[in-house]
Amino acid sequence: MYNASLLRVALIYVATRAVAEDVVQETWIGVLNGIDRFEGRSSLKTWIFRILTNIAKTRGQREGRTVPFSALERPDAVPEAAVDADRFLPPDHERWPGHWASRPEPWPEERLLAAETRAVVERAIEELPPAQRAVISLRDIEGWSSEEARNALGISETNQRVLLHRARSKVRQALENYLTEAQ
Amino acid sequence: MSASIEQLSCRELVELVTDYLEGALPARERDSFEHHIEGCKGCHEYVRQMRETIELTGTLAPGDISPEAEAALLSAFRDWTSR
Repeated sequence: MYNASLLRVALIYVATRAVAEDVVQETWIGVLNGIDRFEGRSSLKTWIFRILTNIAKTRGQREGRTVPFSALERPDAVPEAAVDADRFLPPDHERWPGHWASRPEPWPEERLLAAETRAVVERAIEELPPAQRAVISLRDIEGWSSEEARNALGISETNQRVLLHRARSKVRQALENYLTEAQ
Repeated sequence: MSASIEQLSCRELVELVTDYLEGALPARERDSFEHHIEGCKGCHEYVRQMRETIELTGTLAPGDISPEAEAALLSAFRDWTSR
């Protein structure tokens, strides 16, 4: 059921897909072994993801990987713009500082539905930094609420939103690049 | 572009889109956000594209794990159920 998302979350903490798959497998074993202790204080899926993150963190540490906690806990530390600065007029523009210099144009409806367009979205998500990829997977692919996502990842509401914002902004940009390039 | 949208620049607005869609903007900022997109073609389109992006992402099938991992998992599950 949640395997793809479990994998993406595991990849925040471990370096390779193979290790992430191990972590997912260990998680299910942990779930099976611990199900008697599940007390229903959180939702079952949140509980499963907490088991996963614990296993993945331990595994990542054992591999000597510096766990990018900052990506989860201080995503604001490194500023990132949703849209390139050169799409806007400069801040010292006499009439319209910070307004669009080249504004977004409507996307052709029929191409939005094409399989290739979906592939562009998939690729853009795969290329995201792990924490952003995990959040957009839980929220927009799995359709979780923000509360479920932040509980599973153990992050604040604000940080969850920052990561989601960056992820969605980049996917939008990838779509724009693809849909507006010459045919 | 009219004078009424000068308060919030387009460059600032694109950074507030997720807060807006998540219902996390305080009332006053939400009003000025909505006021801006009513009068600004570029930002109106930008917000629409963000909604389209979210919708499109939602159509992706959650991918499967590799066959090897699935086999290992199934065998672990069988061990567990036969305990």
